[in-house]
Order: sequence, then structure tokens, then C-alpha cells
Amino acid sequence: MLLFLKANPLEAYWALVVGAFGSTNAIAETLVKATPLLLVGLGICIAFQGNVINIGGEGQMIVGAILGTWVGLHFQHWPGWLMITFALAMGFVGGAIWGGIAGALKAYFGVNEILSTVMMNAIAVQLMNYLLRGPMIDPAQAAMASKIPQTARLAMAYRLPRLAPTRLHLGALIALVLAFVVYIFLWRTVWGYRIRAVGKNPHAARYGGIPVKRYVVLALLLSGAFAGLAGVIQVYGVNYRMITDGSATGFTGGAGFNGIVAALFGHLHPIGTIPASILFGALLVGANKMQRVAQVPSALITALNGLVVVFVVSSEIWRIRRQRRRLAATAGEGEEAPAEAADAPEKPG
Amino acid sequence: MAKLFSASVLIGILASGVRLAAPYLYATIGETFGQRSGVLNLGVEGQMLLGAFFAFYVTLVTGSLWLGMLAAAGVGALMGLAMAFVTVNLQAEQGISGIGFYLFGLGLSDLLFQKLVGTVKTIQGFPSVHIPVLSDLPVLGPVLFQHNVVVYAAYALVPLAWFVLNKTTIGLKIRSVGENPQAADSLGIRVAAVRYYTIIQGGVLSGIAGASLSIGLLNVFQQNMTSGMGFIAVALVYFGAWRPLGVLGGSLLFSMVNALQLWMQVLGVPIPSDLAVMMPYVLTILVLMATVSKVRAPSALAKPFEREG
Repeated sequence: MLLFLKANPLEAYWALVVGAFGSTNAIAETLVKATPLLLVGLGICIAFQGNVINIGGEGQMIVGAILGTWVGLHFQHWPGWLMITFALAMGFVGGAIWGGIAGALKAYFGVNEILSTVMMNAIAVQLMNYLLRGPMIDPAQAAMASKIPQTARLAMAYRLPRLAPTRLHLGALIALVLAFVVYIFLWRTVWGYRIRAVGKNPHAARYGGIPVKRYVVLALLLSGAFAGLAGVIQVYGVNYRMITDGSATGFTGGAGFNGIVAALFGHLHPIGTIPASILFGALLVGANKMQRVAQVPSALITALNGLVVVFVVSSEIWRIRRQRRRLAATAGEGEEAPAEAADAPEKPG
Repeated sequence: MAKLFSASVLIGILASGVRLAAPYLYATIGETFGQRSGVLNLGVEGQMLLGAFFAFYVTLVTGSLWLGMLAAAGVGALMGLAMAFVTVNLQAEQGISGIGFYLFGLGLSDLLFQKLVGTVKTIQGFPSVHIPVLSDLPVLGPVLFQHNVVVYAAYALVPLAWFVLNKTTIGLKIRSVGENPQAADSLGIRVAAVRYYTIIQGGVLSGIAGASLSIGLLNVFQQNMTSGMGFIAVALVYFGAWRPLGVLGGSLLFSMVNALQLWMQVLGVPIPSDLAVMMPYVLTILVLMATVSKVRAPSALAKPFEREG
């Protein structure tokens, strides 16, 4: 692909590696980029374990950030730690609402969650554009009669602490801790167990007395909440304000989608998503460097991410076949593989 | 507000609505065939973007709109082939692999645009076809009969798709594969072949859908110019209850609301434009809520099929 673009592949890849890991700053940047990917990815782990597909990370990030930013601008004189905690909670709530709507639509109206989350993305983008050009626009912009769609800056005290001199902020640590929390949630709590049970086989789960609909909503709601958290952490840790270029990717950096890639690459396991997020964070940072050094547009990374998704999903069949062969082997010679192993995961339209 | 209801504005809204429905029609008809055979292709958006780019680029280089169309169909077919291999042979989860193809199309079209074209350029698009008598009719003329060949072809596709799905052997095969692949297989229908056929056809139509946007309506290419149209097309298939006529209704409804919204901005109706742009998406969700629970999807939708033994 790089040869096709008439770029020296070695030079390009070297630029990518140096750009991502070449200095303290580069490593910090990589981790900064990895943070929203990990948070969105954790939400994706929860949703996909429950066999609901959440494509709405972009919209959930936006709504979480809107709520979190609004409280930060509205209440100016709180102690910093209190406001940051409150803002994070609001981000969590905002994302949860946006994801929860899609969950309720799926559970109670049978609306395919893939479609509703995509629509909710578009709605969130327009909502953001409206608020940032109108009600939430930076008063300074209005005073200068210029109309850059952005909010005012947050107070200094409200910023997430940084690991100076780099841009690495506390959000990375929060995301890391939450990865373990999600792991414990999914595999060590009743709710987590039920979400996974619903994901594995909704009919069996219903027979086992689990209110399936409620857990479908819960899975999407939690999934959205983590994306919302990612959104608010972007604001409080990186930009200190919300700004839009009219598209979703302007604010989120595409993390709502790339988080899916990271989670898939981490085998939908919260802990596995940690290195996967760092890898894709490195790709994103390195791509910028590559663009400067070797004139390879960073859109290449988007295309490659797409291929990664396709390959990861496609490779599932080898795992399933291997598992079936193992089951057949343990079941004794001459016997057929148990039927449930052959059943592909069921997905209600 | 009164301006909105003058005759000329209403005609304008209807005419743009009819025109804007064309990309949705190509994409939704293609997706209808795929879903009827049990394959949920979420890569439509990516296929549209690549189709839009290649149509534009080939037209820019060769000066031939028809070669551009052909290129769009070709790249759509290739994407369809890849999707078919991944979902039929490798039995990948269809929803997620579709997203993969979306990201691939999004990135690649952007990449190629930056490398090969660079700046925003326009081309000479298809001229509108003047039909004697019909085009000159008052009201009906501007609304229905002053479009270009790409728009007419989109509407011609609807009865054709209906006929193929409901009155031909291949249509019967497609439907039976989507409802009960096991039974179809035991009757000797080659499930994999049928699905390959519908996915590739869907890819071709998605590619043309993209082309209808870049060289049929707007005469430019921009990064991410489809901005979610492919996903809306998938939603419209659900809305249209997997029937070509239903899909036509959905596409028209959606494009009419969109046209209304565009005209409201042109006329300066005091609704913030961002909230107006939101309308079609909200409408889609509401319509999905109202219809989805009442109609039944093809039973085997999004389920991979594997022959026993």
C-alpha cells in the first residue's frame, strides 16, 4: 500500500515508530491518544460481551463531553477536585443516556442497535454544532464578533493534573484503573455474569430467569457511559474546552470508532484492550509524523484500521473450528461435535 | 414561514426531494437484495465513498462520465467480493466486518483523494434530460421530468428489483436462502453462490449510489461526502420492510424531509440549521420504532450458514 503511494516504506515506517516512541514526549502523546481509545474500548467490551453492537461511541463521547463541559462552565468557584469528579460523573451520565436510548429502542421496540447508534451519532454531532455556535459559544468569540464554534476555556483549577513537561494527564491513569474495574465487573459480579449470559444465549438466559431486556439496556447504557467518560476526559485533560469543526471526528479524533478496533484487537477483554489501545494510539501519533516525513496521508491509518477489523473478525472462524475439534476429541471417537458449538452467535435483527 | 408554502417553493422542495432520493434508491435496492439473502452489509457507506471517489476521479481524468460510472460499479463489485468472501467463506460477524469495510472505504477514499486530486475540483456532470411534452408540464414537469439519466435509472430500478425478487427463479432462490438456508441447501440451491451474487450486486449498486452523488448530483468529491447516507440506506431497508416498493417510500420520505430542511435554510426560516439537519435522523429513528416491531426480518438475516457434515 505504501509502495503504491510512491513512498519509501522503510522511511515511512521508521517515521511512524519514531513518531510514536522516539522520545518522552512521543510516548506521552501516544498514551494521551490511547486514553480515549481504551475508555471507549472498555465500553465496547461490555456491549459486545452482551452481544449488542455499539457503533455510537462518537455520539456518546460528544454528549458526555457536553454535559461535563456545561457544569464546568456553569459552576465557576468549586474546588478543583470536586468539580473534576462531578464533571466525570456528568460525562458518565451523558454517555449513559445516549447509549441507554439505543438500548431501550432495541429492547422494547426491536430497533437494530447498529442503526440507532449511528443515527444517534449524527444527532449528537448536530446538537454539538448547535450548542457550540449558539447557547454555549465562548463569550469572547461573541465579543470579537468572530464565530469560531467553541466554548470558553475551563478554569485552571478544573484541569486534570498533568505529568509535566508532557501532555500526559491523569485521565490515562483513570482509564487504566477502570480497565481492571471492568474486568472485575464482567467476570466477578452478578450483573457482569448476566450480561455475558444474555450475550451468549438470550433464550437460555431468559429460561434461567434473567430479565433479558433489562440487561440489553444495561449493556448499552454502560457502554455509552464509558464513551461519555472518554469525551469528558478529552475536554478536561487535553483541550480544556469543546471545539467543533462541524464533524464528529473533529472533537473525538475518531476515537468512537477506533475504540471498537482496539477492543476487537484486545479480544473484547478489558485487560487485552490496554495494549491494543496503546498500539492504536501509537499508530495515530506515528501517522502524523509519517505524514510530515514521508508525505503519506494519515487517512492510511483509517483504512488500515478497517482492514484490521475485517481480519480480526474473519479469524474468529479458526478459533471456532479449533474449539469444535477439541470438543469432538473429548466427546470420544466417531461422535459428532456438539451442536451448540456449531451454532454461530445469534443476532436478533 | 408563509414563503415556505408558495407554489414555486413547494415545487422546488418536491423536485429536490425526488432528485436527492436517487443515491438512497441505488444503495437501498442493493442492500435489500443482500438482506433478503440473509446478509447484513454495513459496509455500504464505505462502498459508496469509494464509488463516489472512483467515479469522480475517472471522470476527471478521462472526461467520460460513463467510464466513471463503470469504475464506480467495478470498485463496488470488488468491495462486494471481499465482503462476500469474509462473510460467506470465513463466516465473520457481519455487523462488525461491515464496519471494518466502512472504515477501509472511508480511509482509502480520503487517502486517494489527497494523493491524486488534492484540492476540490468540479466536473461537468450529467445534463438533465429534456423529455418533449412531459418536461414542459406545469408542476409535474419540474418535479418529475427535469432530471438527469442517473436519477431516472434509480427509479427504473424499483420495478425491476420488484420483478426480479418476486417473479423470477433467482428471486425465489434469494428469498429461500434468506429465510431458511438449510432447507434451500437440501433443495439443491447453492447458498454460498446466491449470497455471493447478492453481496456483489449490492456492492455494485452501492458504488453506483456513490457515483450518483459525486458525478450525478453534486459534481464534486469531498472527504466523507456521504456522511452517513450508507447507514441511513441500511435503516431504510428495515423501514421498507425488505420490499422494493417500501424502500422507495422510505427513500422518498427521507429525501423529502432533507429537501425541506435545505430549503428552510435557503429561505432563512428561523430554525437553527444544525437542528434542522438533525430532523431526518430523528425521523428515521421514530419511523424505525413505529415499523420495525411490526414486520418480520428475513429469518436468516446476519446468520452465517455452514453445511452440515
